[in-house]
Formats: sequence, structure tokens, C-alpha cells
Amino acid sequence: MSSQDHLKETNTEERFEFKKEEKSAFKSEKGLTEETVRVISEDKDEPEWMLERRLRALKHFQKMPMPTDWPEAPDLSEVDIDEIIPYIRPDIDVRGGVDDWTELPEEIKDTFDKLGIPEAEKNALSGVGAQYESEIVYQNMQERWEEKGVIFCDMDKAVQEHEELVKEYFMTKAVPPSDNKFAALHGAIWSGGSFVYVPEDTTVDMPIQAYFRMNSEGMGQFEHTLIIAEEGSEVHYIEGCSAPKYSAFNLHSGGVEVFVGEDAHVQYSTVQNWSKNTYNLNTKRAIAEKGGRMEWISGSMGSKATMLYPSTILKGRGASDNHITIAMAGEGQDIDTGAKVYHNAPDTKSTVESKSIAKDGGRTNYRGLVHIADGAENSSTAVECDALMFDNKSTSDTMPYMEINESKVDVAHEATVGKIGDEDIFYLQSRGLDDDDAKQMIVSGFIEPITEELPIEYAVELNRLVELEMEGSLG
Amino acid sequence: MATLEINDLHARVAEEGGERILRGVDLTVNSGEIHALMGPNGSGKSTTAKVIAGHPAYEVTDGEILLHLDEEDVADVDVDLDDDDYHWNLLELEPNERAALGIFLGFQYPAEIEGVTMTNFLRQALNAKADEREELFEGDEADDADDEDDAGYDTSPMEGPADDGEIGVAEFQEILSEKMELLDMDEKFMQRYLNAGFSGGEKKQNEVLQAAMLEPVVAVLDEIDSGLDIDRLQDVSKGINALRDEQGTGILQITHYQRILDYVEPDHVHVMLDGKVAKSGGAELAEQLEADGYDWVREEAFADA
Repeated sequence: MSSQDHLKETNTEERFEFKKEEKSAFKSEKGLTEETVRVISEDKDEPEWMLERRLRALKHFQKMPMPTDWPEAPDLSEVDIDEIIPYIRPDIDVRGGVDDWTELPEEIKDTFDKLGIPEAEKNALSGVGAQYESEIVYQNMQERWEEKGVIFCDMDKAVQEHEELVKEYFMTKAVPPSDNKFAALHGAIWSGGSFVYVPEDTTVDMPIQAYFRMNSEGMGQFEHTLIIAEEGSEVHYIEGCSAPKYSAFNLHSGGVEVFVGEDAHVQYSTVQNWSKNTYNLNTKRAIAEKGGRMEWISGSMGSKATMLYPSTILKGRGASDNHITIAMAGEGQDIDTGAKVYHNAPDTKSTVESKSIAKDGGRTNYRGLVHIADGAENSSTAVECDALMFDNKSTSDTMPYMEINESKVDVAHEATVGKIGDEDIFYLQSRGLDDDDAKQMIVSGFIEPITEELPIEYAVELNRLVELEMEGSLG
Repeated sequence: MATLEINDLHARVAEEGGERILRGVDLTVNSGEIHALMGPNGSGKSTTAKVIAGHPAYEVTDGEILLHLDEEDVADVDVDLDDDDYHWNLLELEPNERAALGIFLGFQYPAEIEGVTMTNFLRQALNAKADEREELFEGDEADDADDEDDAGYDTSPMEGPADDGEIGVAEFQEILSEKMELLDMDEKFMQRYLNAGFSGGEKKQNEVLQAAMLEPVVAVLDEIDSGLDIDRLQDVSKGINALRDEQGTGILQITHYQRILDYVEPDHVHVMLDGKVAKSGGAELAEQLEADGYDWVREEAFADA
């Protein structure tokens, strides 16, 4: 059975909406103080320099204001960091993740079985990392990649075992803690995540995947992902995330840093299906050297509010970036996503394709920035944002900012906003499709230009989630 | 033989103070018959078509639309049926349920659905129809009961996993190719998005193709001839005649022009005026209308009143 069949046959609802009894080896107090940061660092037995970075980040966090001055920003007034449990170390014997699923405690193993991760690993992945609460519990990669010098390990472990690389790249060049309040928060209490290193001229031909699961009520998850792709290398990293729904809010504030070497190619795909009480406030950024190519694929289905604008800095001549964003917001959801691209060198190219769907009073917003620096001549950018609304209760905004400081460039921008048409629905109904199926068909057609560009495993999973969202709201 | 029976149908636009459009339509279409419905603009022809299919923009205020089926029409259903299963009040059913019972509406302006290929759409429509029929005729208790026994027997492994009652890929392709050839349609159509960027003529061919695939008992075709050049008109006409001759579909064809009736010869012609069928006759009535217009029908109708 291919992984595609496998995904088709899983009941997606059962896969995400289950809760496990909370069990932990170590759990921090609620809230955030210097003491909390020290406790986390100590529990991880970190080197001094990492503790110092955490404390510096904490200072930034305490100084910086919430991003409330943004036009039409999602309401974050409920997000009180003093109510969050920032660190829960799962109760497992081996830190840094075992490489055999059967060695995990039953409730954790069962969680990832339901999410379909071990099955996908067998069929279509080069490696898998799985995080439960604040730390990685499973980590494995096919031996052939290890032999070629590829590193795929838990971020905490990387601090210990690949200290020089981490020290050089961790929140120093791409996402400094001073970037925004939640990047600062992340820098202070980050835990878990993946470290990926691909040596020169190495092509990792099957994707590697990391899955992040929050199980406990009221916790925060702050994993850090650092990807370094050396010159001429190629890798596709897939990230999935979910949590059961609780009445209190959960917070996810991940940090992602990607370094795309000369002529290297990195694809970073996310399927975000956080429960609808989760605030998802991430900072993701890539730096592409000469001829490097960065691709961001983001599907945002879940969460109460998402603020996510993956960014690429096109630093070297001829570097390129491609963003594909799919967002879906239902009742009570505010999905504020977009893309940022900085053209800082000549001959750089970027494309942004965004599709969003708002229904049952949900809100989607495309918030994007394309900056072309003076001297980045012969650069080109094309931004296309399409929004589909189901009803008059739902809203959709488009805020595509452009800062063009160079005249010899090619800039294209298109945006459409449409409401799902009653005549279209009736047409399909008159052919035998019921109301739900008709709407679903229109939505899948709406995102089709994007899904056909996606890797197959990703597209299948995404379509299942879209279907699930539609069923949930229309049933 | 199936019969679509419309009695004293009154309908208005479904909004506060909405205009009354149908004022007592009576019409009966049997399977295997071709009916032409003619009349001046605004007389209620298109509204009649939409109300038969269940368009939510109209509210039926009086009258009924019934569909009577016989053994032949339910030959695919393999449970014992009650008398009720042969007689349906369409006004109580959703548009997709009406479609599942064998009502088809060919649109004057078919919707364009981006991103959905013809193949995908037609397969889903056929499967949806099969599922809905199961629900309508068999109720819930028959659900998947014999699913497991059949696995591996009814489907060839070459066709991939076909769900219960779903049409296999190979079978689907075969039926489709046959119907498209009849309509002189290029196979490339199947990979195009449903009606998106189709010319007026291509859209109409596509409506007839869909009718051919869904095999309705009664097809209501709303101005299927408008916007067609003579070659396409002939293709479309051939398709309509085949619906009747090969599937026994009853046709209710709405048109302004005699032209298509030269190719699709009607058994009955009806003239609508002011929301009612004012006069019915044979094929010769259409010719008379072509020559003399509608005024004389109006005068006659008034004289009778």
C-alpha cells in the first residue's frame, strides 16, 4: 500500500481529535521569569552560551510591545504568557529521541500511529523526527544518509553534539530575538525541534519529516528548526503539527531558520492543523545564497489565530524564492498569513501564490511584503492572491505591500476576491452532487492550481484536511 | 415508462414581494417523447425548467410536480420496492435527489467551474447519483451490508479499488469515449476544467454529453440551440435524438426557433404565455408559430377565456 492510499483511508478526524492523559517527567511552572529560563536550560544541561542567549532573548521579550499596531491584526489580547506552561518534558527514558517506535510509552506511540507517521516513514520518507510536548521523542534517518554526512537530529541534541554549527547559526543571522516579540519569546524558552545539515552536492531524494504534537492543556510549544543546506545540495523538509482542543488557550511559537547555500535547493512544507484554541505565532526565515532556491509551502487550516509570514532573503545573485500559501478559516478563526521576500541582489526572482478560503464568519488575510533593494537589477517578482468567501459573515483582506527601490525590475501583482456562487452550486447539484459535495468541489477546484504543484503526499494530506474542514462546517 | 407530470404549477421569485411568474402550468412529458416548449420572452419557459430542477431562487406557491417511474427505470435497484418508490413528489426533494431520480436540466448558461476537470466532475456526478439512488430507494438499512463479500469479485484489480457501487475507471472511460464520439467532441475536453473558457457551442455540447452520461428519464433542455453554428447544431441535435432513441429519455426542449426542430422533430409542441401553457399541438404548431408569431395564440387564448 502506498502512503497515499494509507492517508486516504485514515479517518482524519480520529487522527487529530484525541487526548492522552498528561504525563511528564518534568514540567515548569506557569509563566515566564528568568528563573523559568534557567530551569529549562539546566534541565537540558546546556552550555553557558545558550543560557546567555536565552536570557538576552528574555530581556528583548520583556521590552517589546505586542504587535497591536498592525492594521487589522488578529486579536491577541487573550495571549497572556503568565498563563502558559512553557516547558513539559515528556516522560521517556531516552532524551533526544529513540529510533524505534516500540520503545516509546504506549500513549505516545499510539498518538503518532494515529497521526500516520510511522506508516509514512516506511513508505516515503528519508527520516522522521517526532516531538511530543516540549521534546523530541523519536528520531530516525535512513542509514544511507548518515553515511553521506547528512545530519537530522533533535535540536537539543544538536546544541550538545554540533555545538560549533549551532553556535554560529542559531538565532544569529536569520531570526534574531530582537526581530519581534514572539521571536524573542521563542529565543528565551525554545525547546525541541529539528537540526538538519546537508553536506555539499548531496541530494536527499525523499523528504524528511518532523511532526509536532501538543497534548497538554494550556501549554506552549516552542520548537526550533535549523536547516543548513550546503552548496549544491537539495532537501525537502515537511513539518506537520496538531493538538487536541481544550477550552484554555495553547500557544505555539516556533522558530525556523533555513540557510540555502550556493545553488542549493530547499523546500519547506508545512501542514498546520492546530486545534482551534491554539495561537500560532511563528517566525520563519530563509537566507538564499547565489543561485540558491528556497520554496515555502504552507497550509494553514487550524488554530484560533495564526500570524505567519515565511520570509526569504535573496542574498546572492540569481537566488530565487517560491511561496505557496493555502489558508482556510472557519468560525472563530483568524488566519493572517503571507510571505516576505527581500531581493537584495541582482537577477533574483520570486513568486508568491496565495489562496485563502473563509467561511462561517472566519477571516483570512494575506499580508505580504516584497522588497527590492536598490541595485537588485533584473529582478522579478510575481504575487498572486485569490480569496474565496462562503458567505457574507466571513471576511477576507489582502495587504500586499511592495517596496521597490530599483527601476530595472519586473513586478507583477494580481488579487481576486470572490464569493462562492449560488448558481455554481445549483449547477453541480442538478448533476447529482449534494450541497456539501458541490461546495467541496468548488473549493478543491479553487486551490487546484496550487495543489497540482505540491508533492503528492502533501497534496493528499492537504485535500483530506480541506474536506474535513468543509464537512465540519456544513454538515 | 417514466412520466413527468406538472399540474397547475404556480411559482414566484423567492423573496419579499417576489414577482409571480408561473400561473398554473400543466404539462406532461413521457419518456421517449420529444416536447418543444415555445413562447415569447418572459412567458415563464426558463422558470418552468428551473423549478422542475429545484432552483432555490423560486418558491412554488401552488400545484405539483410528480415523477412516475416503472420497473425499467429502477432496474438497477436490487431491493424490493413499495408502490411509493415509483411515485415521487419532486417538490419535496433536493435538486440532487431529483437528479438521482433521473431529472436533468440542460442550462442555457452553464456554470464555469475552475480547477475541476471534466473527467473528475463526471465521475463524481455518476458516483453521487448512484449513492443517492441507493439512499432514496433502499434507505439506510441497506448500507454497505454486502460490501465485504463482494470485495475482490466485482472489481478487477486493474481498475483500482472501487468503492461499493462506484464506477470503475476503465468502464467509465469506455462509456465516455463512446458518448463523446457520438457528439463529435475531442477527447482533449476531458482534461479541461468544467466549462471554463468553453465557447458557447462547446458548453451546449457539454450539456448534452452530461445528459448522455447521466442517462436521465426526462431531460429539460433550456435553449440548447442558442449560440450554435450549423455544424454544432447538427452535432447537438444528433446527441439529443440519441438520448431519446438509445436511452428512451423524454425531452422537454425550450426554444425560440424552428431551426433546431428541423433536426429534433418534436412529438408535441406547447406555447407558453403569461406563465401558463396556452396551446399545445403537434410539430405543425411550431411551423405555424415560425410563420405567424405568437399574437394569434394570445387572441385565441383570450377568446377562450
